[in-house]
Amino acid sequence: MEFPPIPPVEEILGPSPGQLLRRRIFTHKGLMIGGIILAVILFFALLAPVLSPQDPYAQSLTTRLSKPFWHAESTWKHPLGSDHVGRDYLSRLLYGARISLLIGFCVALISGVIGTALGIVAGYFGGRVDMVITFIITLRLSIPFVLVAVAVVGIVGGSLKVVVIVLGLLLWNRYAVVMRSATQQIRNQDYIPAAEAVGCSTTRILLSEIMPNIVNNLVVVATLEMANAILLEAALSFLGLGVQPPTPSWGLMVAEGKDFLFFEPWLITIPGVALFVLVLAINLLGDGVRDVTAPENR
Amino acid sequence: MNSFMSPLLEVENLQVDIPIPVGDLHAVRGISFTVGKGETLGLVGESGCGKSMTALALMNLLPNTARRRGTRLAFGGKDLIALREREMADIRGDRMSMIFQEPMTSLNPSYTIGNQLMEVMLRHRRVSRSEARNRAVFLLEKVGISAAKSRLGQYPHQLSGGLRQRVMIAMALMCDPELIIADEPTTALDVTIQAQILHLLRGLQREFRMAMILITHDLGIVARVTDRVAVMYAGQIVEAGTVRDVFTQPLHPYTHGLLDCIPIPGKTPRGELLGSIPGLVPTPVGVLLGCTFRNRCSFTFQDCAVQDPGMRLVSETHGYRCLLELEKLAKRA
Amino acid sequence: MKARPLARDRAFSQGSNRRGTGMLIYTLKRLALAVVVTLVVSALSFGLLYLSGDPAAAIGGEAATDADIANIRNIYGLDRPIYIQYLNWIGKALQGDFGMSYYFRLPVSQIMAARVPATLILGCSAIVFALIFSIPLGVMAAIRPNSWVDRTALFLSVMGQAMPSFWLGLMLIVVFSVWLPLLPPSGTEGWEYFVMPTIVLGYFAMPAIMRLTRAGMMEVLASDYIRTARAKGLLPGSILFKHALRNAVIPVVSVSAVQFGFMLGGSIVIETVFAIQGMGYLAWESIKRSDFPTVQAVILVFAVIYIVLTLLADLLNGWLDPRIRVT
Repeated sequence: MEFPPIPPVEEILGPSPGQLLRRRIFTHKGLMIGGIILAVILFFALLAPVLSPQDPYAQSLTTRLSKPFWHAESTWKHPLGSDHVGRDYLSRLLYGARISLLIGFCVALISGVIGTALGIVAGYFGGRVDMVITFIITLRLSIPFVLVAVAVVGIVGGSLKVVVIVLGLLLWNRYAVVMRSATQQIRNQDYIPAAEAVGCSTTRILLSEIMPNIVNNLVVVATLEMANAILLEAALSFLGLGVQPPTPSWGLMVAEGKDFLFFEPWLITIPGVALFVLVLAINLLGDGVRDVTAPENR
Repeated sequence: MNSFMSPLLEVENLQVDIPIPVGDLHAVRGISFTVGKGETLGLVGESGCGKSMTALALMNLLPNTARRRGTRLAFGGKDLIALREREMADIRGDRMSMIFQEPMTSLNPSYTIGNQLMEVMLRHRRVSRSEARNRAVFLLEKVGISAAKSRLGQYPHQLSGGLRQRVMIAMALMCDPELIIADEPTTALDVTIQAQILHLLRGLQREFRMAMILITHDLGIVARVTDRVAVMYAGQIVEAGTVRDVFTQPLHPYTHGLLDCIPIPGKTPRGELLGSIPGLVPTPVGVLLGCTFRNRCSFTFQDCAVQDPGMRLVSETHGYRCLLELEKLAKRA
Repeated sequence: MKARPLARDRAFSQGSNRRGTGMLIYTLKRLALAVVVTLVVSALSFGLLYLSGDPAAAIGGEAATDADIANIRNIYGLDRPIYIQYLNWIGKALQGDFGMSYYFRLPVSQIMAARVPATLILGCSAIVFALIFSIPLGVMAAIRPNSWVDRTALFLSVMGQAMPSFWLGLMLIVVFSVWLPLLPPSGTEGWEYFVMPTIVLGYFAMPAIMRLTRAGMMEVLASDYIRTARAKGLLPGSILFKHALRNAVIPVVSVSAVQFGFMLGGSIVIETVFAIQGMGYLAWESIKRSDFPTVQAVILVFAVIYIVLTLLADLLNGWLDPRIRVT
């Protein structure tokens, strides 16, 4: 009796999960583009003090409203132009990146902790606990959060800290919803009762059995909420109710440039494009992570 | 192979190829068979042997990427291969129906079963809604569902699996088809319900004088319900004949092996090992040479690797696919 | 699955047979939930007032003396216990009386009534705009995945999610009011004033709705019952619209309601950019002016609208998908 020759071991075993993941990451265009752009922005933000040509707060009335480099009458003193009080736009742009990234990250962290905790607890324990938490989520969803954010910041006074806290305390609902359903799905797997039977404490089950399996969902939601937070902070600052002048928030820069819309449009285009690119990069990254870790979710 | 009347369905050299990253998957490799009017053909084989693909190919319900070819695919004398999609859609549900394996998900959850039953008839015949409704009630009763009239207003999720499969059968019969293709209709059901459904199918087939192609992996079902049987392996038919022929005198080593696996109460001695066929079903991808069964066959010899075996006819109705002649097989057995 | 003889099947399905009873119970449950949520939200929005510590001081401003503040407290009834104030407020609100605006010296309800039409017109046109484009786009993308339609749709949705709304509004103004004077940049005098705001507001709901439609359609088209429909020889139009869309659209309904709610809340930014005298703009101005009664009223009204929308969406869901009514 003849059997075909046995193929070498590697062919039978196939690539390892780590290798597969790496392959999927590097061939996913969106993820790579988003990741690279984000890395670039991060780089510029971190090195802002070194890379900015000037102090972002330094006013210079003689050079106010100078044009960016693609215009004929521009000066290299202000490569991206200057605003209505002569502050260098390029410097403000770089420092503004810090603000946006900082806010995005902090808000994602705060709301992530709140939402994930609520979601996992609701999904794992079910029953009354679940009902209560779902009710809280419904409540939170029913609150027109833009208005409330605006109201709170308006009443308490705007500043970076306030914006971060308010947004952090309001933006946790998607975390909670996603983590809850992910936990529920895992809870139905057999290894959870197995862990319980062996005598694992609840905390241990939550941390070492459930968390690792829903981390990829968490990452996806975190990136999307980070982008959301950045856009919201920009909107709040635009309305004058977020970060206060003279801090270089991109949203604030758009607000300040609004009055010069007709003749000096770059004052709003530049920060706007920056916001757009940053949020786009984060979204691409988030979508990419989702595709790569769970292709069936596409 | 009915020499008096022309067969209802003639299939000659049907092929289905599906492109996959590593090459072409030859799901169906040159199958030929016929089904006469009112006859039941059983298509038997393990998972992945291509039987479901054959059924989908007949109805032209293959996935978009699949390619179907054949020398001849004639239904009631009419060639189906070159038929335009609209004309094929006219035949589907009307003259040729199909029942699927999973009753739990095969019905649309948003519409009542009455609605889904009636729409088949309204699509293919010029009848009024009340005529369609009456027909639906009539068929629901035929398939053994009580309180048929009130059932019309129910939604699929309100019915159990067995009931849903009966509804599917009724749905397939709405327009009095000439051929019904049942793709593993009882596999997803409990054993006790299986028997009921099979009995039902057989009875309906006789009553409505339909031809049926019954696809299954269960030889027991085939023995009880079908007239003729074709055994499939890796996309080809390796043995075909009447039920009596194949079960009393299995010719192909694969058929032999399959029958060996079944314990027969009263006959199989206690404590004896059940037969099994060593090896795994190969996936027919890329260029294939020789007999695909050779790796699991106890009679294999050198030529099996290079020469494609054709069908050998032992009688007018019974044939098998092998390079060896009957006498040599008998000698080696 | 357990074996079930026919007799038990009969009993099993006769219970929830009639569509009417199922719907009624479902409706009542959802209604009760909505009422409870409304009450809690109203309490929360009332409590916003106290975030700044002392609302009387906020009203008085920086130059107010202690005597002034005490005076204010007296006039506006801020010296009574909180829960009494809340009950007063909610009691009057149920009758449509939201108190007097500190700024306008007019009943808040009157001011709001004047501003509501603009916001409603904006919100409704925006959601209609979003649906008209997103649903067909999502369906086409699902029918031909990875085609140019699909890629365009995904591209647009990715772009849409990333753009800041106020920036898009301003850019549209630059293009359509400055470079090509086609549309007016602000005000509400006629339908053309609403074109750009509608596009900007609607644009943000589009990615979510399109993606959901596409994902839903793709999942439905791959389902077994669509295969059954094709096996019955149904025509493509019937399969697509009667069978597929009907199931795929179910999640889109709730998402649309949610998006509409967001739009109403997010209209504050658009109305500011385009100087539209709507509720959002009113809210913004009132916050800046510490006009608390107006702020509380606007937040409550928006919340109630959102709750009602979600309720309607749930009910519509229950009607569309018979399986939901069981839970």
